[in-house]
Amino acid sequence: MGVELANERAGFLEMEDVNFTDNELVYHVRTALKSVSLGDSESYDELIGVMHHRERLSPDEVALLVTCLKALSGTVSCIDVVHHESLLSSIFGMSMWNYGPEVMDALVDLIISLQAASSGKYVDSCLDMLIRNFVPPYSYLALLKQPRGLSRKDQVLSRVHSALESIGHLVPLAPMRLLSLVVQRMPRQYDNEAVIMTYVENMFKLESGSMGQLVGSTMLTAVVDRLLDLDLEIGWEDILQEDSSKGIFEMELEDLEEDEEDWNDEGGELPGKHLSRNSLRGNIIAEKLDSLLVLTFEYLESCQGRGRLLEVFETLLHSFRITVLNAYKSKFSQFVMFYACALDPENCGVRFARMLLDIFVCHDHPPNTRMSAVAYLASYLSRGKFLSTSYITTMLKRLVDWCLDYCKVQDEDVNPLAHRVFYAGCQAIMYVLCFRMWSMMSIPRLKSQLFLMPIETILKHKSDPLKVCLPSVVGEFLKQARAARLFTVSKTSISDDILETELSRAFGGLERLDTFFPFDPCLLKKSDRFIRPNFIFWSMVKTTYDDDEDEDEDAEGSSDEDGEESVDGAVENRGDGMATSFDERDIDMEEFDYALNKMSITPKQSSMYRFGSGLDELVRMPSRIRPSTSPESL
Amino acid sequence: MEGLKVSDANLVVCVHPSKGHRVSEAVLRELSSHLFQFSEIFDGVLLAYDVNIVEKNAKILPGIHPYFGVRLKAKLLLFSPEPNMLLEARVVKLTPESIHVIVLGFASAVIIDEDIREEFDYRTKNGKEVYCSKVHRRHVIKVGTMIRFLVKSLDKEVLHICGSLKPSNTGSIHWLDKDFEEISLIDRSGTKRERENEMKMQEHTVVGEEEISLGNGQIKKSKKRRLIEES
Repeated sequence: MGVELANERAGFLEMEDVNFTDNELVYHVRTALKSVSLGDSESYDELIGVMHHRERLSPDEVALLVTCLKALSGTVSCIDVVHHESLLSSIFGMSMWNYGPEVMDALVDLIISLQAASSGKYVDSCLDMLIRNFVPPYSYLALLKQPRGLSRKDQVLSRVHSALESIGHLVPLAPMRLLSLVVQRMPRQYDNEAVIMTYVENMFKLESGSMGQLVGSTMLTAVVDRLLDLDLEIGWEDILQEDSSKGIFEMELEDLEEDEEDWNDEGGELPGKHLSRNSLRGNIIAEKLDSLLVLTFEYLESCQGRGRLLEVFETLLHSFRITVLNAYKSKFSQFVMFYACALDPENCGVRFARMLLDIFVCHDHPPNTRMSAVAYLASYLSRGKFLSTSYITTMLKRLVDWCLDYCKVQDEDVNPLAHRVFYAGCQAIMYVLCFRMWSMMSIPRLKSQLFLMPIETILKHKSDPLKVCLPSVVGEFLKQARAARLFTVSKTSISDDILETELSRAFGGLERLDTFFPFDPCLLKKSDRFIRPNFIFWSMVKTTYDDDEDEDEDAEGSSDEDGEESVDGAVENRGDGMATSFDERDIDMEEFDYALNKMSITPKQSSMYRFGSGLDELVRMPSRIRPSTSPESL
Repeated sequence: MEGLKVSDANLVVCVHPSKGHRVSEAVLRELSSHLFQFSEIFDGVLLAYDVNIVEKNAKILPGIHPYFGVRLKAKLLLFSPEPNMLLEARVVKLTPESIHVIVLGFASAVIIDEDIREEFDYRTKNGKEVYCSKVHRRHVIKVGTMIRFLVKSLDKEVLHICGSLKPSNTGSIHWLDKDFEEISLIDRSGTKRERENEMKMQEHTVVGEEEISLGNGQIKKSKKRRLIEES
């Protein structure tokens, strides 16, 4: 340090033409500080003047500032909270983003010695000052995208974090105070996107740093909470049209589709035409949410790279259980869980499903939580491309077992409210089977397991879940079940357009938990590329029946045929918004996408991704994804 | 080291009804929330506890929420440093102006140059900072050394201690325990008596008995504490 100081001083000397040694300098500053309490504040004011040099410093000024900061580091014990208030406030008010590396270093040293040498008085202020340096001053935000800004960002953040670490080293309890400060200072959902992103980056840095064990879980939880805040800010009404006359399923689909188109248009056109329905604020919030999700996904990836995904996942799981699970119809935040599961299906994926099922079967939880959990489970088992069919069958078996036990105990007629948890369970079983029946049927072992499940007993129980559950799910399920000969269904019960009745509306309660499918396609543009490869769209699902012939088709027979002509079949059916496609075992989706990109298959292909306006065809997923858009709605 | 004591406490922990199905977990959680913080209730920092639930029945307390009071007996390890106590700590950083130490691995303390006795000189040896005694060459304080120091003041909120190395019975423990003994035998100075006094002080174990109520930070009743000197 002495050597460095000498060098700095060299510049200083030339300019001032005075000769000071390190000690003399420290002594000088010390005298200046002490004389304030005696009423003489001349040199003290001079010192503060130096600290206030901010904009475009000349080399001389930089040298002077560095010297002052270093001298102050040596005299921290003389700084008095009452007498030197203005000095302290100017130190704490400095933003490292405004200075070069030398000043940054000197400032960081000063902050460290200030907080360590004071008798605990400045711990909070020092931590707070460092936290404020997580984000650049407002004027600097635009520079963040340029290389110059990025290198400054690296310089500042590496120093801030190493300072936090050395403070943690000197004051072992500092992380405890850091926690609350970081969470307090976290930007709100209305703040600038760049600010939120940079801040959250810092939070992730803390999580993965040496203090991670102490502060990590709080950081992650806070990020998920912020995601949820943004998510809830969007509101279903921003996505959906306020047309309550339509059935909720169709309503969602139609509007999601329009919404996507709006989104795609955004780049080129003024958003005027959809401003009326889809307010601009909603879109800005959605973009923030999107970027934040991407950041989180990337972080999860890096965690996996470092082999600590499981550890992070436990925290995520906990925060999911206490916040997201109970948030009213959270739309996007849950994809953090989905992606974490996709990164490590054997551990995280299994753990997530098990936790959801445990919540569902446990009577200690309130009914809404249980229904929400089973909705998550159903959606997760249906959509997760990374889940093995045999695991899905195991989970389904547990679900069926629970429902069977319920049937044995209950002997009442239809009562949407009293049996709502049960109905939610039944709907989950049917929903999962809509997506997975074909793949289960094609593996003999699983097929026999499926046939052994007392699904018929459950669905034909006195409480009549078939009448109560969501008609579109029931309809699709019955169609597939009949084709697979899973159980005997009279044909009329299927083909009669199952309409949404009072009953089917009632069990979800006012919250309409019956129509909640959390892992429906994520509509956010940037995060889509993370989710898409791990996601099963309805258009990819192979059903047990053949759509063209519609009836009297042997399930297994048709499946083999479908396998051969899957690509063409898929294409035609997608155009119709229908539900037949290929299975990943026949043609891997990635290969398919690749082929699609290379335009090696029929031009008809492009029509299926029409939301991409034919340009970037893979940007948008088909939105006609749900059973409800099966023939009756078209 | 002074400042540590084991207290037998009779506690009443108020458990929220929502935690009713996992009482023992709730009790542990409540106690854990007091760890490593200065607590007025205990008059010290709770470092560890060993808890026994006395009764299976808990009294439902009147109020908006029907909390129930779980009675338990606990052995608490408390750390309550006070001015003029001698504490032991590990050195983590040395600067020309200060020595930074950590007590018991969690409380930070600093000794500023004004409180370091003249005997010690700050030097840099082979790129490493040390404080050397001018009087006894082998009395050296480096990063990692365990030192004994006197408490000057204490900030209870952030658990920050200001210490002093002024008294002669402070400094590197390693040196104090070995060489100091020999030297003082030769010197026959008064310091030996001080040292003996200090040793006696350390043998005192403090046993407190108190009835304190936890939960929601409110104290229900607190009985006087008796300090019994065993020796």
